[in-house]
Amino acid sequence: MIKTLLRKIGAGALPMLVPTLAWAEDKAKWNLQEPHTEVARQMYDLHTIVLIICLVIFIGVFGVMFYSMLKHRKSVGHQAAQFHENTTVEVIWTVVPFFILIGMAWPATKGVLSMRDASSPDLTIKVTGYQWKWGYEYLKGEGDLSGVADGMQIYSTLSTPREQIYGNAPKGEHYLLEVDNPLVVPVGKKVRVLITANDVLHAWWVPAFGVKQDAVPGFIRDSWFKVDKPGTFRGQCAELCGKEHGFMPIVVVAMEQKEFADWAAKNKVATASTATAAATATAK
Amino acid sequence: MSAVIGHDQDHDHGHGYHPGGLMRWVKTTNHKDIGTMYLWFSFVMFLVGGFMAMVIRAELFIPGLQVVNPEIFNQMTTLHGLIMVFGAIMPAFVGFANWLIPMQIGAPDMAFPRMNNWSFWLLPPAATLLVLSLFVPGGAPGVGWTLYPPLSIQQGMGMDLTIFAIHILGMSSIMGSINIVTTILNLRAPGMTLMKMPLFVWTWLITAYLLIAVMPVLAGAVTMLLTDRHFGTHFFNAAGGGDPVLFQHIFWFFGHPEVYIIAIPAFGVVSQVIPAFSRKPLFGYTSMVYAVASIAILSFLVWAHHMYTAGLPTTAQLYYMYATMLIAVPTGVKVFNWVATMWKGSLSFETPMLFAMGFLFLFTLGGFTGLVLAVTPVDIQLHDTYYVVAHFHYVMVAGALFSAFAGVYFWLPKWTGHMYDETLGKWHFWLSFIFFNMIFFVQHFLGLAGMPRRIPDYAPQFTDFNMISSIGAFGFGLSQLLFLYIVLKCIRSGEKAPQKPWEGADSLEWTHLPTPAPYHSFETPPVVK
Repeated sequence: MIKTLLRKIGAGALPMLVPTLAWAEDKAKWNLQEPHTEVARQMYDLHTIVLIICLVIFIGVFGVMFYSMLKHRKSVGHQAAQFHENTTVEVIWTVVPFFILIGMAWPATKGVLSMRDASSPDLTIKVTGYQWKWGYEYLKGEGDLSGVADGMQIYSTLSTPREQIYGNAPKGEHYLLEVDNPLVVPVGKKVRVLITANDVLHAWWVPAFGVKQDAVPGFIRDSWFKVDKPGTFRGQCAELCGKEHGFMPIVVVAMEQKEFADWAAKNKVATASTATAAATATAK
Repeated sequence: MSAVIGHDQDHDHGHGYHPGGLMRWVKTTNHKDIGTMYLWFSFVMFLVGGFMAMVIRAELFIPGLQVVNPEIFNQMTTLHGLIMVFGAIMPAFVGFANWLIPMQIGAPDMAFPRMNNWSFWLLPPAATLLVLSLFVPGGAPGVGWTLYPPLSIQQGMGMDLTIFAIHILGMSSIMGSINIVTTILNLRAPGMTLMKMPLFVWTWLITAYLLIAVMPVLAGAVTMLLTDRHFGTHFFNAAGGGDPVLFQHIFWFFGHPEVYIIAIPAFGVVSQVIPAFSRKPLFGYTSMVYAVASIAILSFLVWAHHMYTAGLPTTAQLYYMYATMLIAVPTGVKVFNWVATMWKGSLSFETPMLFAMGFLFLFTLGGFTGLVLAVTPVDIQLHDTYYVVAHFHYVMVAGALFSAFAGVYFWLPKWTGHMYDETLGKWHFWLSFIFFNMIFFVQHFLGLAGMPRRIPDYAPQFTDFNMISSIGAFGFGLSQLLFLYIVLKCIRSGEKAPQKPWEGADSLEWTHLPTPAPYHSFETPPVVK
């Protein structure tokens, strides 16, 4: 209940700052992207709470300042008072913010704890950042979905043509946010991602999932998500990784479990035949 | 400020050896000459770094690659950051320190005049190395000002030039800081106890300690990069037993206090300007000093909030979140004190006051976005996006730079003996204020909606905000040429300034020194009651 309310306020609070015409047409532009996992939803709500607290204090403090600017100016003949301390006031404005902060820290702590709980996944996928593409490998896991996609590998590269980037062709709908082979995951299942890199730092970021994790060469980090509805979700590399940093997007397609199983079965055969073909080619 | 008795200055006798022309500036040991050189150097660097910002904003005006290729784009973001932090903002406040500390504490000059000369003259070679790196094979480093390995290990020799530049800049800062600490602790006039010092002097005393503590840490970090690059060490290479994230810890152990090295002297300037134009003493002087000191101490304990996505343990994420949020308390105290200083004052809004209030308003906004970013789960979404870019430019530009402008307009009469053009000064403020918000306010939305920083090209849904931002940037850049014109006009043909042009100003440089300030500030120390 409160959360729904918060989300509604959240959608309204930011645009209120700027009375601009166009916002109604595209709300997503003014705030965090629409969340599609529980964790992302917590982040969204937390941001709204913190933002509202900040706005209230901001308006309070600068309300006082602007009042003072209007009423206490020399040009209206205001004489300067000469007070320069007041212990009571100073103690109040030190202690009160402290308690406001504790009020913010409480939900934030809950957010951190749930965000970091990657235990008992249904599916585990290893994500590797390369200069400049993403590699995905479905690991042999212990969860519900073990066996469905085990050992499958995907390399995911930007599919926007160079002509569009250099302005020789009109830009497509998903300009810079499209790949040749997206990562495919099932809806409603806990997917754990193990993230690493092959060369330099990268960061795997999908805003709708609330997942952003640096990919560190030589180390494995983890994160997780459980997508609430089927769809295509887009993100980008979020850690500077060299000249093509802006050109290694992440696309995740979430599908119903059954479709996912079908996709995996089909793709496994394809991967296997490519592997055989490659092996034959090498043998020759 | 306290009343002073028995000052008896003779301003025109024996200044000793005075070379003329260029050699005057090369050999000078005078705190005012050196302060002037710091300020001009910083302005030149501000224009150089600003030009790089223009290149960045030109490329980001519309989607697609038009102006530069991605390599050059990354070099521009890197050098823009390094030049603005180390070349523009830091030297600007050292310039203020040189000019003002001896005058405000009743000293004749800085404690180590020769070292003062050397700490300035290290800067031009360092800046030259930085700019030169653009022209060597491989170009300047395209790694961001944070220089994270392993990407920085991959770079060409431009990276080595940058490392040496940072070494030299670090030496300069450390020497400057030792000089400032010694001057403040040893050369105060009789009666000028620590708790009677103007707040600007206090902020520099604390900043100087921060610099001495963290510049060697940065030097260590970049030296480790250097040996990883050329001498086969593996500090940051997992294959050799190292860890790339180690660099981030060391860098931000320097980097977070660095943020306050920039912000704290800005607090000091604003704490001089606001009481002067409120015609009322600073509210809560003691709590201001304690707030600055606690911000400085806390700044050593929060560095990994820059690394929430690097893979910290859960407990570390929680600790750094709590510690970071705690900084809001002393920062809040400062803002409340400034507003309380204005409350029931007799306010007037000359250019220095306008900039100080612009600082107060926008710095606080930047402080609030800092609080948003401190909250770990929210930061996971916002880390490395344009939201962060907006946040730190609110603190660095609307914070530090606006405060430096406030300081320049405030002390320009004392420095040059002439008044600046008030109308043009107000124009400069309003243009800067409006264009600044045009550039950076919309970047909050870009970051929220998911635009990563440090990308040369972006998806079309980010186009309109980027256009607004770029137009703002060109406007902001041009407005700064107006500032140059105002300063030159003031030096050449400004009206003659009285000893104390600001009614409410009360520190020693206004109450005891003529305008323009004499070459040697106080030859006989004033007695402060």
